Amino acid sequence: MLSVQAITKHYGKPVLRRVSLEVSEGEIVCILGPSGCGKSTLLRIIAGLERADDGEILIEGVSMEGVPVHERGFGFMFQDFALFPHMNVSDNVRYGLRMRHLPKVQQEHLVEDALRLVGMRGFERRDVTSLSGGEKQRVALARSLAPTPRLLMLDEPLGSLDASLRWEVLKELKRILKESGVTTLYVTHDQSEAFSIGDRIAVMNAGRFEAIDAPLALYRSPQTVFTAQFLGLHNVLTSSDYTNIPDDLPALDADYILIHPDGIQLDPKGDITGRIRENNVWEGHYGSIIVTLTPEISLRVNMGRPTLLGVDDTVRLTIDPAYVVPLSP
Amino acid sequence: MDRSGTPLNMVRANNHRFAGRRAAGILLAALPILFLAVFFFYPLLSILQISLIPDGTLDLSGFAELITSDYYRRVFFFTVQQAVLSTVITLAMALPAAFVFARFEFPGKSLLLSLATLPFVLPTVVVAAAFGALIGEHGVINSVIVSLFGLSDVPIQLEGTVAIILIAHAFYNYSVALRIIGSYWATLSPRMDEAARVLGAHGWRLWWTIRLPALRPAILAAAALVFIFTFTSFGVVLILGGIRFATLEVEIFNQARNLFNLNMAAALSLVQIGFMFIVMLIYTRLSRAATADIQAARAVARKPRTKGENALVVITVGVMMVFQFAPLLALIWRSFTVGDQGFTTRYYSALSTNPRGSVLFAPPLEAIGNSVSIALITTVLAVVLGMLTAYLLARRDSWAARALDAVFMLPLATSAVTLGFGFIIALDEPPLNLRASPLMIPLAHTLVALPFVVRSILPGLRSISPNIRGAAAVMGASPFTVWRTIDLPLISRGVIVGAVFAFTISMGEFGASLFIARPDTPTIPVVIFRLLGQPGAGNYGQALAMSVILMGVCAISFITIERLRKLGMGEF
Amino acid sequence: MFLRAFGLILIALLFSGAAVAQTPTTLTVIAHDSFNYSEEVMAAFTEETGIAVEVLRLGDAGSLVNQAILSRENPLGDVLYGVDNTFLSRALEEDLFTPYQSPALADVPEAFQLDPEFRVTPVDYGDVCLNYDAAYFAANDLPLPESLADLTDPAYRGLLAVQNPATSSPGLAFLMATIAVFGEDGDTTYLDYWAELVANDVYISQDWTDTYYGQFSGSAGSEGDRPLIVSYASSPPAEIFFADPQPETAPTGAIVTDDTCFRQIEFAGILAGTQNQAAAEQFMDFLLSVEFQEDMPLQMFVFPVNTNAALPDVFTDYAQIPENPIILDPEVIDAHRESWIQAWTEAVLR
Repeated sequence: MLSVQAITKHYGKPVLRRVSLEVSEGEIVCILGPSGCGKSTLLRIIAGLERADDGEILIEGVSMEGVPVHERGFGFMFQDFALFPHMNVSDNVRYGLRMRHLPKVQQEHLVEDALRLVGMRGFERRDVTSLSGGEKQRVALARSLAPTPRLLMLDEPLGSLDASLRWEVLKELKRILKESGVTTLYVTHDQSEAFSIGDRIAVMNAGRFEAIDAPLALYRSPQTVFTAQFLGLHNVLTSSDYTNIPDDLPALDADYILIHPDGIQLDPKGDITGRIRENNVWEGHYGSIIVTLTPEISLRVNMGRPTLLGVDDTVRLTIDPAYVVPLSP
Repeated sequence: MDRSGTPLNMVRANNHRFAGRRAAGILLAALPILFLAVFFFYPLLSILQISLIPDGTLDLSGFAELITSDYYRRVFFFTVQQAVLSTVITLAMALPAAFVFARFEFPGKSLLLSLATLPFVLPTVVVAAAFGALIGEHGVINSVIVSLFGLSDVPIQLEGTVAIILIAHAFYNYSVALRIIGSYWATLSPRMDEAARVLGAHGWRLWWTIRLPALRPAILAAAALVFIFTFTSFGVVLILGGIRFATLEVEIFNQARNLFNLNMAAALSLVQIGFMFIVMLIYTRLSRAATADIQAARAVARKPRTKGENALVVITVGVMMVFQFAPLLALIWRSFTVGDQGFTTRYYSALSTNPRGSVLFAPPLEAIGNSVSIALITTVLAVVLGMLTAYLLARRDSWAARALDAVFMLPLATSAVTLGFGFIIALDEPPLNLRASPLMIPLAHTLVALPFVVRSILPGLRSISPNIRGAAAVMGASPFTVWRTIDLPLISRGVIVGAVFAFTISMGEFGASLFIARPDTPTIPVVIFRLLGQPGAGNYGQALAMSVILMGVCAISFITIERLRKLGMGEF
Repeated sequence: MFLRAFGLILIALLFSGAAVAQTPTTLTVIAHDSFNYSEEVMAAFTEETGIAVEVLRLGDAGSLVNQAILSRENPLGDVLYGVDNTFLSRALEEDLFTPYQSPALADVPEAFQLDPEFRVTPVDYGDVCLNYDAAYFAANDLPLPESLADLTDPAYRGLLAVQNPATSSPGLAFLMATIAVFGEDGDTTYLDYWAELVANDVYISQDWTDTYYGQFSGSAGSEGDRPLIVSYASSPPAEIFFADPQPETAPTGAIVTDDTCFRQIEFAGILAGTQNQAAAEQFMDFLLSVEFQEDMPLQMFVFPVNTNAALPDVFTDYAQIPENPIILDPEVIDAHRESWIQAWTEAVLR
């Protein structure tokens, strides 16, 4: 449906370097990356808010070159929501419908539908400036969905919400996006958001995609060092360190190897001995420990339930070869 | 949801249209620059050339005299000093009032705001008379104090002092500051205030740490305008300040008009323009880094609740009454009581009679018609050009944009006589043979009004987040629709303020018209000056009556403009 | 859409301005802002000659002359009216005019004909004289001053208001009167005289309007408290003329004793380069005609130069014409104007 082909952009220094991406109808693709990696710029180029120096955007095979932003028929939700301060909630949502010159009655219905979808019925006459952050977010979402865009782009939509609201809203958002069936590009720097909402995740770093894959596949096999580290998978070893691990591990022809934290078990019969450096308990019912094997090598082990072992205790480990993954730099 | 609205057929644009739109944009941006080039720089450079290079060789004797003369140094310092003081006093008076007008709703508010602009339109001679009637040696206030306390000396003697210059400058410019700061303040979210209060800021700390920094763009804009206006003050300094004070503007007039020493006048003009340009560069630099939370673009004003808030409103209104309206009321009173016949309406009825069959006679309706037509043309020209200029300046931030910003203020810093002489020699050949065109006066007024319109619009325009426009565009709004449905409503306050200023400046302006060749289109100020140029109670009384009519026409116009805005806002 | 419409209007306006072309029968007269006449008299002229007259106004006499000089290459009109003897020499030096000797000059005294080459023609004159508040002098039993020297008498302390010669035409006239009387050299120069005036608390105001309405106590309309000011010999009849109802006794008067008044003569001239020489000449004759000359006093409060023109009643009843006013050679005026004003400013204002 959407095809991004070798988009390049410079602002003095390169921001996007020949970025390509394919998105199919109804798919939700998350673009995940640290701030400043170029993901928002990519989104703005796709929307037509900025022009690429090189490369092409195709929608259903048709080039968007020369098509001004207002004729692309997309939806866009900004990080700061960009609600129109001089209009009330329903006029904000109606804006895109008016631009399509839909009949008044149909506008009313679609505004109603959109507000119902985000749970904001009854707020129609409210001034947008009087809304809370979460309410603004819902209105902004309803506004971008109401005209049934061919492609919806969300730029850090939860960025300005506090953590306690996030999970609630995220679940809601997922339901809404699935329900409306709209093709979506979702930009975020937060991996948990990306994992819970994306059909696929495209990890971006320094103006390039490092990896594009379904969430679970990406989690199991992050493909690059950067992706692994960005996803919090810290057990990345150089090939020489890897060969120093005294276990029956497969030989891999790669510069870097990830030993996935999920693939390491505490096992009294394990061949590997180490000493616990840290013991972290998350939310009281699961945890992780960091085990030092040699001065150079420490491994993080994810635990189904917290262990009662203490720091400096000696433990034995086994590694499941299926969880040993080669990485490119 | 219904997906039928998907506009597949929209995807049929081409590069052609893109280029066309770009060209249109450039053309629109070029329009104000072109206007300034033709009607400001071309005449200015022409007169400077004739003055400084009279026989093909550069003559800098004027500059040499400027640098060596003690007198001109004193004139320069006095000019700067009184302008700084006037600006500070004006802002100090207007700031609390702007707060009250931005934050509170009270009966008669919009009327009061409309009327506050009235002093701005009155000719200096008339204001002098009003001040005389109020605080002069035999004015109301002195008479009351003398009779109350049985004094033998008059307590308030301000005639011919710096004090009365400063008071008059504040009187004239109060509404400039009030309007520019107030309209901007009204668009700022009160949440910031509330947040600061929660954090423990109150009293002066609230002003110092939160309000003043947030208002910086508007305060700077107002200060810049008031400074320019008082720096180039002419009538107030001459008539109220008396003979001992001279500003650069007065000296330029003297050199050009009386002595016809164009070389000296050009040197002084360049000093004045150059100094103002530097001041404006500093100003644009300072006002650059201003961002604001313009989320609350409407309905943040509320009724005053606490005793303190009520008192604040009452005090503000009271100060405005005494300071702004008392001189006007004194003027109205005088227009009915000049001469020895007690209360009379004769001067009003005499305005419509022409006992001598004079060609110079203009009945009030004709004068009003001329004034209003010229003012309307000026307003349309100034608002359209001002808006385009504001976009040009808001779009990019570079040293070039800042210089351009300062350049657009220059017409205000240029003496009317310099520019008028420039018109005469520059605009004398087709296609620009405009010297005797009836359009010349509105064009000259537009030059003066343009900086006001730009300053009124720019702070609001700069604080519109680009994402808001982006959001509208993504939803299918063409650039023009974005402008109409997003920008225009959000800057409407500034536009209205600018329009009121343009209208006002044109209604009351006389100085610039003096040096423009014009066929007989007597405006209200022209009629006032004609009447004041002849002896006799009848002339004086009619001049005052005409001034009151000028006030009335302006008051009605302001109220109408304000109404129109409310209607316009309701539509979208 | 809106912008396009605006652009079209703007262009249309610009071109309409440019298209104010002159038809052959229209004569353009450039004049100062006070140029006034009755519509009737001008209509008669147009009817008789077929010449329509359009007047362009260019500010006061000073800025009129300056702008005429600046536009010399491409004149704004055919005839200039309103250069007076204080600016005459500047205008003549710049060769603004083509000579024309009107036959009507036969009725104009030679004393008014300051240009022997007839480049300019005198049209009217007025005298800048001291005006006084009659009621004040009567109530205080104070004799009127009879000479400029009297004004330094302590009896008149704080009574006089004059104008700044740098910004006001009667102010300059009064300064020149003092120069003519006291001279620039000798024991008591005009500057010494002015020092005495300042010591005697003279008030110096910016322009005639402020003096007359802001400082003078004599006029029924004025707000001031000074009974003695510099104004015109025609001000007292104007004061009567514009009063309603007319007072029985004149509230103000002019002092017209010898060597106290300064005579201003206003001239008109045909601008060099006119395409309408014949019409311009007819208009010059018209300015000197008895009809126009008799119309002037009540329109502009000046006196006619044509000896056949009768004065209106209010002038014959209330106006006094000085027998020996001060007249300075225009060339002397123009040569010294700047230095006189500067010397005056140095001596009086600083």
